Amino acid sequence: MSTKNETKGADNQRQAPAGERVADWADGRLGIYSLAKANMRKIFPDHWSFMLGEICLYSFIIIILTGVYLTLFFHPSMNEVVYHGSYVPMQGVRVSEAYASTMEISFDVRGGLLIRQMHHWAALIFVAAMMVHMMRVFFTGAYRKPREINWLFGFLLLVLGMFTGFTGYSLPDDLLSGTGVRFTQGAILSVPVVGTYISMFLFGGEFPGHDFVARFYSIHILLLPGIMLGLLVAHLILVFYHKHTQYAGPGRTEKNVVGMPLLPVYMAKAGGFFFLVFGVISVVAAVATLNPIWSIGPYRTDQVSTGAQPDWYMGFAEGLIRVMPGWEINAWGHTLALGVMVPLLIFPLVLGAIALYPFIESWVTGDKREHHILDRPRNTPTRTGFGVAWLTAYFIMLIGGGNDIVATHFSMSINTITWFVRIFFFVGPVLAFIATKRICLGLQRRDRDKVLHGRESGIIKRLPHGEFIEVHEPLSQGQLHTLTSHEQYVPLEAGPTVDENGVERKVNPVHKVKVKLSKGFYGEGNQIPKPTVEEYKEISSGHGHH
Amino acid sequence: MSSQDIPEENLPQEQGAAHGAAGHGSTAVAQRADDNPFADPGLPAHKPRIQDIDERAAKRSERAVALMFTLSMLATVGFIACFVIFPVDKLVYIWPFGRVSALNFSLGLTLGAALFFIGAGAVHWARTLMSDQEIAAERHPIEAAPEVKAQVMADWAAGNEESGFGRRKLVRNTMFGAMALVPLAGVVLLRDLGPLPEKKLRTTLWAKGKQLINMNTMEPLRPEDITVGSLVFAMPEGLGYDDHEFQKEIAKAALMIVRIRPDDIKDKRELEWSHEGIVAFSKICTHVGCPISLYEQQTHHVLCPCHQSTFDLADGARVIFGPAGHALPQLRIGVNTEGNLEALGDFAEPVGPSFWERG
Amino acid sequence: MKKLSARRRHPLAAVVVLLFALAATGGLYAAFAPADKAQAVETSQSLAIEEGKKLYTVGCASCHGTGGQGTSDGPTLVGVGSAAVDFQVATGRMPAQQPGAQVPKKKAIYSQAEIDQLAAYIASLGAGPITPTEKQYSPEGADIGKGGDLFRTNCAQCHNFTGKGGALTNGKYAPTLEGVSAKHIYEAMQTGPQNMPSFPDGVLPEKEKQDVIAYIEAMNDPDKSSSPGGLSLGGLGPVSEGLFAWVFGLGALIAAAVWVAAHTAKAKKS
Repeated sequence: MSTKNETKGADNQRQAPAGERVADWADGRLGIYSLAKANMRKIFPDHWSFMLGEICLYSFIIIILTGVYLTLFFHPSMNEVVYHGSYVPMQGVRVSEAYASTMEISFDVRGGLLIRQMHHWAALIFVAAMMVHMMRVFFTGAYRKPREINWLFGFLLLVLGMFTGFTGYSLPDDLLSGTGVRFTQGAILSVPVVGTYISMFLFGGEFPGHDFVARFYSIHILLLPGIMLGLLVAHLILVFYHKHTQYAGPGRTEKNVVGMPLLPVYMAKAGGFFFLVFGVISVVAAVATLNPIWSIGPYRTDQVSTGAQPDWYMGFAEGLIRVMPGWEINAWGHTLALGVMVPLLIFPLVLGAIALYPFIESWVTGDKREHHILDRPRNTPTRTGFGVAWLTAYFIMLIGGGNDIVATHFSMSINTITWFVRIFFFVGPVLAFIATKRICLGLQRRDRDKVLHGRESGIIKRLPHGEFIEVHEPLSQGQLHTLTSHEQYVPLEAGPTVDENGVERKVNPVHKVKVKLSKGFYGEGNQIPKPTVEEYKEISSGHGHH
Repeated sequence: MSSQDIPEENLPQEQGAAHGAAGHGSTAVAQRADDNPFADPGLPAHKPRIQDIDERAAKRSERAVALMFTLSMLATVGFIACFVIFPVDKLVYIWPFGRVSALNFSLGLTLGAALFFIGAGAVHWARTLMSDQEIAAERHPIEAAPEVKAQVMADWAAGNEESGFGRRKLVRNTMFGAMALVPLAGVVLLRDLGPLPEKKLRTTLWAKGKQLINMNTMEPLRPEDITVGSLVFAMPEGLGYDDHEFQKEIAKAALMIVRIRPDDIKDKRELEWSHEGIVAFSKICTHVGCPISLYEQQTHHVLCPCHQSTFDLADGARVIFGPAGHALPQLRIGVNTEGNLEALGDFAEPVGPSFWERG
Repeated sequence: MKKLSARRRHPLAAVVVLLFALAATGGLYAAFAPADKAQAVETSQSLAIEEGKKLYTVGCASCHGTGGQGTSDGPTLVGVGSAAVDFQVATGRMPAQQPGAQVPKKKAIYSQAEIDQLAAYIASLGAGPITPTEKQYSPEGADIGKGGDLFRTNCAQCHNFTGKGGALTNGKYAPTLEGVSAKHIYEAMQTGPQNMPSFPDGVLPEKEKQDVIAYIEAMNDPDKSSSPGGLSLGGLGPVSEGLFAWVFGLGALIAAAVWVAAHTAKAKKS
């Protein structure tokens, strides 16, 4: 490196433009040219669904920018003051400093309300976008080797995002969020043996104490976002390192990636998209209010409002809590509040199920190869069915979490809705699984017909003998390739129960489970065999009928 | 159990191989690509856009992009102007948004436009003027080559050997011990986050002789104030809104008082603990502690707005629906010599959510 | 707080007590009848009761019994007072159209004069809360901040933070307070219609009721209320906010993503 600098340095100083000289300077210290060589013309495939992750990234950046601004004005303190700010209906009310400073941000700091609303809207959109991004990755099988770790990073980001959101939502110390914090404390109390201790330590004594806003504040602005930032960087490094997945198509293989280079196209598209996201969130914050703490009022432990819900991403947990029957065990001088504890356990189990599914799938297939071509959801009916079933359970619990709003807006009984949710939390996913799988198989059959018989052209032709037929146009080779390039696994066989000497063979029970699952995933009736070249040739040679 | 026992033939053939495009894979070798209708035809030829062949169209795009960047600049100027012009408390009626803050609305829209047009300009530029030729880049296997792996293993072994990590077990084990113990210092430091629970959750401010103070008027409640069908909330005498621990104390002591015709009260103890049908129940839900007070005076049901636990106040506040595990605690009340309602003791059981030591 | 105790001995309180007594004996009702129209009509009290009885027999007796004693279809009206009649009939809840979990608000079918006659008749059956005068329910000069505090203690649990209403058990609901007149809010607090508990003057004195009304108006009156941050999304809290974030926030962003990633139109169609 030094020799290069010495020999070239002399004439460079005279001739090279300033920009290049700066780059040379940086390269001598950071090695940026090697970095740029590897990444400047990095290829990214173009597809809208590949930009969902970018929405997450950009809204996260927006949250950090607006959040830093908010910290300049927010006082994370629970000291009581009497409100005398510019919002008239709240004047003379006892509030905490946290609440008063949030009111000041909203009513006395110019642009403060906008930034506060952008922060909160961006948070809601951030978690929603993570959810949709995760679903895209799930349904296309993008989590397969080598991306399993990145799948887990993403999942952790979702979970941490939920809790970062929850702690932030609690900071203004308003009546709605205070009710949510009270719920958290009640849930902590239900933990056997250590519940009361955790509660006392978290709140610095009995609820609500004088500490939780300050403690949630440091968790919200430092601890959780710090971890998330680390995970986010790791997530992005892995995306770069693995190179992006792509959908099947002519010229696209497991060994290449087809798309546009980072410089200049993706720089402009992704950079531009950041501003689009920022702009949209800004407009949303201009036209719609959220968490209007001035009409919600300050938190008082003996006050409450109907419609007490957490932000949407906690709605699933809220639903579990709402529809759980009130079981409680009292024995040997101890109480086990199952009505709170069971939902508290189901919550991580349901989330964990989607996180672990990729590992279960790879165990069943035993596939250890890298996958860079994405699956179409229809070509993996079991995975797609599982995903839709999971979403169904999630959505039904969201209804459970908003059962009172649903009740008033659809003139229904809250009790009926609760019973509906109780039953359909179990039945709904099963029905959704079966229906989705059938739809997938139907679509696979349609693809097969399309390959073998061509595309329905909509042109009706009358044959000389009077018969009407619809003309089917054969597909192009590219289309044929796209529709037949997906992989189909062969289900495992249990193997003979006796070996060649007629002696009973011991079959590992775990292996039996795997064989069962494999049949369920890929056995007969669980996927439609894709057309073979022979079938295609036989039909096309005998063409004439439709 | 590893997946070693899955036979190779159960895995699908490599994508592409089955179609003979890449030329490897045993079945595909025999088939020539042109013989296979499903073979990968390769990347389709690049088709030019209008802007690629018509310089006037390209000029139009250029002007559109420049216009968007200009609009962004104007919007930023507008943002600053709005910031200066509109007072922070100015409200204006804008259909369909209602009476909104002029400042918030104008700042949000101008900032939104300033940002959005930068993005839209950049994307339009990329879409219409930059090359749209798709490029294929090679992927490289992520796993290291065997010789790299061998080198790493050798280095690792050398490190192990040179440090004596595997050999000097005493050093290794004491080091693990030290590393395992040192985090305890951090755990111990957390001890003073809060006090121990002790009996704190079992008692409230209520005690024998404490009058029931109407939270609306801060006056002692009298039996004649409370009519059948009415609802009022009370706190214990001596507690004030300005008290330092008001929030903590009212979180346990909040009381909901209704009057039910004595004939309608089904629970014998409830009637005994009431004063002529005036019953005082904890306002704190036994589920997770929301203040519960959605009282239906005809059914005597009280509903929690958080999770819809429903209690029957005419029947010992027993749970009739929802996730709460036990009835609301009742406070025994009577009338003192001045004719005011008073408590005849603390709650007989802990109020609020269940906890392990509740019993 | 000491001020409030003084209020309890306020001259107006004596008037209220007096009015109760008068209604109980059925005497001199019309002289104190609060509604302006009732005074304008200037019917004598007994004539009003007579007219009210006729209206009652036609419109109400089938459910509430010929003498207001109540039947299986409707509760007794003895002692409910004129305020309850004014609230129920003037908000259109009575006469009820069909049985259900709750009788909804609808367009009133009686004129105010007729309602006053009905109220006079029911008040003559037994003592109860009487229709408030404007002086009683007018929120003029009331303390909005205190009203908000009282609202969150006594009302928000059913009617939501800003009075948008909410669900109760088995299909019942607390209605929205938007567009409800100050008089009707006052009457509702006094009489506790349907499943709403009552807040008689003993537990929520007149002054406090005015504070509550002032707060409700500040939140719901189109001329007084505001939503500085933009669309209030129904004032329902996180459910509608979450829906908006998904549909309009994420929806707009996905639409933008589709535009960013879509192929630009080619010169010739393939």
